[in-house]
Amino acid sequence: MGTSMTELSPSSPMETTAVELFPKKRRALGSPARLAIENVTLRYGGPAGTLAVDDVSIDVEQNEFCVIVGPSGCGKSSLLYLAAGLTELTAGDIRVDGHIVTEPGPDRGMVFQGYTLFPWLTVRQNVEYGPKRKGLGKAERRAVAERFLGEVGLGQFADAFPAQLSGGMKQRVALARALANDPSVLFMDEPFGALDSQTRGTMQKLLLRVWEHTQKTVLFVTHDIDEAILLGDRVVVMTARPGRIKAEIKVDFPRPRSMDLVLEPEFIALKRRILGLLHDEIDEEH
Amino acid sequence: MSSRRAPWTLMTTPFRDISRRAVITTGIIVWVMVVAGWWILSHTNLVPPMFLPSPEKVWAAGVRLMSDGSLFVHTLASLEVVMLGFAISSVLAIPIGLWMGSYRAVQAVLEPLVNFVRYLPVTAFVPLLILWIGIGIQQRVSVIILGTFFQQVVMIADSARAVPRDLVNASYTLGTKRSEVVWHVIFPAALPDILDTLRVTLGWAWSYLVVAELVAASSGLGYITIKAMRGFQVDVIFMAIATIGVLGLLSDLFFRFLRARVAPWAHR
Repeated sequence: MGTSMTELSPSSPMETTAVELFPKKRRALGSPARLAIENVTLRYGGPAGTLAVDDVSIDVEQNEFCVIVGPSGCGKSSLLYLAAGLTELTAGDIRVDGHIVTEPGPDRGMVFQGYTLFPWLTVRQNVEYGPKRKGLGKAERRAVAERFLGEVGLGQFADAFPAQLSGGMKQRVALARALANDPSVLFMDEPFGALDSQTRGTMQKLLLRVWEHTQKTVLFVTHDIDEAILLGDRVVVMTARPGRIKAEIKVDFPRPRSMDLVLEPEFIALKRRILGLLHDEIDEEH
Repeated sequence: MSSRRAPWTLMTTPFRDISRRAVITTGIIVWVMVVAGWWILSHTNLVPPMFLPSPEKVWAAGVRLMSDGSLFVHTLASLEVVMLGFAISSVLAIPIGLWMGSYRAVQAVLEPLVNFVRYLPVTAFVPLLILWIGIGIQQRVSVIILGTFFQQVVMIADSARAVPRDLVNASYTLGTKRSEVVWHVIFPAALPDILDTLRVTLGWAWSYLVVAELVAASSGLGYITIKAMRGFQVDVIFMAIATIGVLGLLSDLFFRFLRARVAPWAHR
């Protein structure tokens, strides 16, 4: 079976934290992870406020596709916003290539759950936006846009406005726009969550192919377990609020992967384990 | 679009579209009915002609004032005041409104003040403005600025605040700097709403113009009505009001056109 597994004992979260069981550094000293989330805590509304993310550490290696799954409201999206620098953390550190994240920047791209294309720009102009901010010339920008629109299969919609596109197409443009900026890390916050299941399948297939071409370092958040296993090299399972790491599961299915993978017995076995982990959380909550 | 449902069902279904032909026909019928009602009221002497002139008399007054050029002169005088006041007000209100909507600190400074001033009746300032700056064109322009600026600031700030957070967040992850976000993201995102605000407030500017001209002016459409009142020329008053109505309609059309041109992506 192509999977290995590390799992926390199902003890009370008061007694055990993820940090005790997961050593922070799992790699030779001196070679920092592409993205290092180190003991990150997020508390809303002052010292007595709600604890959303509690002492979470995740390292994402270069070219790794890491997926976070967890029950809704577990702070998995918050974790992405923290790593992108869009939200300020309460404690801990986030590093990209060894540099501490203090504010958002173009080295950390993001595809959001909602539609965030600039409605006043055409599809092409949306994709060219990042390169333009970077100061790329007109011809270069156009070439970059052409390449990534081709990658997501929307070359012929370059001159359309976002309002003219379907939800799935908007998210494809959003992916092309994020990739066109050539970020060190790409964050994806349930990017297909608002799509119908058929479109979602198409998008997963597309993302698999695009990722195999670009080999980006990706941190992907979802509550869809199939999606997590299908896409990820590793699945991080989070607990219900406050968000802690419950387990990390390596997914070793060979690539290129196809959608038929979901029917394989190994896939189903893995899904059952993750489901079990998540159900513990949901049961504890109610 | 043909439908199997009865016209009555279509008309009484919320948000259900009716044909363009039906819209235009209805508009014309309403106008014909209004003018016909007016005609009947004035010709049957149900209302004395001193209060309600007949449509023909108003039309004749319009032709008379048009042929001696005075309608043109007064319309131009009013247009000058409205456009000047409205332009100054808008040019200031757009950046200040964007600023107030984008930065909590600016909002904290300006909002208490702006919200106080904007509920003060502009008419109450007319005597003060006359004392301060006399009865020249500056006074009328000031009345218009006073009447529109604070409303515009609040409405534009609201439009800026309504820009989705993740649109701004997305721009940050694409390399937009904090100092660029208002210009590159918040302004274009709010632009359709800003143009709507301008369209609505231009209508208000016309009302304040008449207020200003009624009190202190020697030209303009408001001035014509006050002069006509003194001479019991009700037909001229009607004509001046109708002229303002037509100008208002034209400016409304202009802004709709502008919105369609400048923000074609936000058509409704």
